[in-house]
Amino acid sequence: MLKVIRHLPSLFVISPPRRQDRKGTSVCAFVVSRRLFWLVALLLLASVFALAAPAAQAQTDTSAITDDQVNEVARDLYCPVCESTPLDVCPTAACRDWREVIRTQLAEGRTKQEIMDYFAEQYGGRVLAEPPRSGFALIVWILPAAAVIGGGFLFARYLNGLRREENERTAETADAPLLPAEENEYMARVERELQEES
Amino acid sequence: MIADLGYAALMIAFGVSVYAVLAAVYGMVRHDERWVTSARNATVLIFPLVLLACITLVVSMLRGDFSLEYVWRVTSLEMPTYLKVTALWGGQAGSLLFWNLLLAAFTCIAMLRHWREEHELVPYALAISTVTQIFFLGISLFVENPFARISPVPVDGNGLNPLLRHPGMIIHPPMLYLGFTGFTIPFSFAMAALLSGKLDDTWIRLTRRWTLVAWLFLSLGLILGGRWAYDVLGWGGYWAWDPVENASFMPWLAGTAFLHSIMIQEKRDMFKIWNMFLVLLTYILVIYGTFIVRSGVISSVHSFAQSAIGPLFFGFLLLMTIFSLVWIFIRWERLRSKNRLDSVLSREAAFLLNNFLFLGILFATFWGTNYPIISELFTGDKATVGPPFYQKVNGPLFALLLLLMGVAPLTMWYRTSLKRLEIMTRWPALAALAFIAILFALGIRSWVALLGYWIVAFAGIITVLEFWRGVRARVKKGEAPWTAFGRLMARNRRRYGGYWIHLGVVVMGFGIIGSTVYQQQTQLQLRQGETLTLGDFSMTFQGVERFPGPDDLIITEATVDVYKNGTFVKTLTPRTELYTRTNQPMTIPDKRSTFTEDYYALLINWEPMSSDLATFKVYVNPLINWVWAGGFIFILGTLIAGWTDPLLLREPAPARRRRLVAGGAATD
Repeated sequence: MLKVIRHLPSLFVISPPRRQDRKGTSVCAFVVSRRLFWLVALLLLASVFALAAPAAQAQTDTSAITDDQVNEVARDLYCPVCESTPLDVCPTAACRDWREVIRTQLAEGRTKQEIMDYFAEQYGGRVLAEPPRSGFALIVWILPAAAVIGGGFLFARYLNGLRREENERTAETADAPLLPAEENEYMARVERELQEES
Repeated sequence: MIADLGYAALMIAFGVSVYAVLAAVYGMVRHDERWVTSARNATVLIFPLVLLACITLVVSMLRGDFSLEYVWRVTSLEMPTYLKVTALWGGQAGSLLFWNLLLAAFTCIAMLRHWREEHELVPYALAISTVTQIFFLGISLFVENPFARISPVPVDGNGLNPLLRHPGMIIHPPMLYLGFTGFTIPFSFAMAALLSGKLDDTWIRLTRRWTLVAWLFLSLGLILGGRWAYDVLGWGGYWAWDPVENASFMPWLAGTAFLHSIMIQEKRDMFKIWNMFLVLLTYILVIYGTFIVRSGVISSVHSFAQSAIGPLFFGFLLLMTIFSLVWIFIRWERLRSKNRLDSVLSREAAFLLNNFLFLGILFATFWGTNYPIISELFTGDKATVGPPFYQKVNGPLFALLLLLMGVAPLTMWYRTSLKRLEIMTRWPALAALAFIAILFALGIRSWVALLGYWIVAFAGIITVLEFWRGVRARVKKGEAPWTAFGRLMARNRRRYGGYWIHLGVVVMGFGIIGSTVYQQQTQLQLRQGETLTLGDFSMTFQGVERFPGPDDLIITEATVDVYKNGTFVKTLTPRTELYTRTNQPMTIPDKRSTFTEDYYALLINWEPMSSDLATFKVYVNPLINWVWAGGFIFILGTLIAGWTDPLLLREPAPARRRRLVAGGAATD
């Protein structure tokens, strides 16, 4: 029952591009069961009345929304079916319907963030191109940063240890590198290597 | 009938592989040369057997033998002949068979080539490489059998996935697979060194050479893959950081790190353990990449358990990792170097920093690719990690890497003084600054682009100066400039090949920054005769035609005239293709391509009912051709660096070193 309600908006507003779930809990499966069919039909009827007025209003407004505005939102979304294809370039019919939903919502004055939240709520976090920066998904951002910083720290410590050794050694031998000669040293290296490797 | 022959050949190849490994191990343990020779002969036999299997499968596809499930899945009667051949790698089972073929070819070539000169290593290498072969043959025979039957026999096949019907798809996967399978050989030689205890510089020489071969193919595969995506997928870009791309990019990163750090070992006899780890890591990532692509584990964890492929790959991966780690551990003391880094400012330290950055990028990419699995396991909710993540995390690391690419060639082995680095980088840094000042004056305001261009220009100037210095040194000795340039590269292939590769990266860098930061796009519905404008360009919609293509294809092609600053430049025909059997639409772009920018047009939507209305999406991609040009230079550099010097290769290493030491200046 709860599931039916959750699926309702997608059933009604857009043709739901849901993948055939492994557990068989696709929308179609609900419709097959007769009792559920009536239930859905009843709820549908009710929602038609409930939503008729705002829906009609929204339809008149969408002409003001350009494709570029829609793509601006769609760029950061992925539909759950077409893997690794962002919504703004996906050619399938399902994705076209999703873009129409974005258009409608833009016409209703929703912001990009609100629309993305809407899709995330409906279909889960996987529709977002970039994992959210909250909750469990934070780990996706924290771990690489931690690894690079941690690795960098260890690396720096290793080099620092070398530097200390190096300083001790230079202090012992006390032959500072000959700076003026070094400019020629490079040419010397080139020539030395020319001979070595030939 | 003929398919049975192929299956039998595959079966025999499997048996022969098992025998080869057992014979090699027995022969080495018993020090019985006859068994070792027998193992070699068996190994050489694998390739023709797998080739026979491949040929029978191709013949079945050409003859339209739809009693084979694979043939039914990837071909159809109407498909052009060349696609019936390339369908060999157009699906799961065929791809794995093709993998087997290439691996067998690599093993065969490597073993025959080094059999006599590296007799202590080759039997071990042969065994390791054949163990990998056994695993993949096993998968082909028992899990993803390309010769599996279906009944009743269908009249016609499904046809190849439309995405794979592009000419680019003919060459891109073989290159990638050559790169993938190729990395098995350096791993085998590294393991051979560990197993045999022959830890002198022989294995590193062989490993370097074979890594370079595999790396060349993998780089080529990556570049061609990008080009294919740009030409076929119709989203205006060439790299989307999707799991399949990342799967081939990760071994490349590890391999690149290895190709750099190997130089420390050659020059200073240091970091042997680290290099072993890198070889192992590259190999593991190859197997892991194949696993990711083939098991579908990223799209859903559940697909892991559904096919036997997932657990099998995972088991093999674990087995090989543990086995190699144990042997690294056994040889740990002998691998440890007595030499130490002399200075923080040295070529060695620069290479280490390079490794750190490459592995950082590798880690971030690995983590981003695998996060969906982790998320689904722990929260039950699937997740997507798209390009924004990689741009934010890998972008800065790549910038540092490019900066290092500029500075590192100026450092010297053992030690370099900071003062000297300052002197040598001062002018290039200022010149690069002048360069971005010009860009700024031309109206470039994005700080990402400016910083990026500064780094790229800095690295580019230093690399060009390196060439210049080398040429000047030779010219001083009395050579003509062009002769000097040619000889410089001929005599120092590795160094200057490497610099060519760096130059390729610089050119690609220009293209990548330009096309990423300054890409423009717009989408608009046009009536016939109407015009849309984007940047300097305008485009007039002339008309649409719909006509049937080959096989089950229906093509809808629009004609548009493109104007730049008001003058006509080109008529483009972007189109949508619909493969009616699978109902799969494709958006094929058409573009006007110049060295400064691409005008890239897509026909997004056209409804036959309102035939004069069509929706177009157009991109202006600045400098995108620089990416391909850079790629070309990159490959050229790799060829220069890896080109076999017949004289040097045939001589055993010690003799070669003696000659170099003794000969020295005399040969010049």
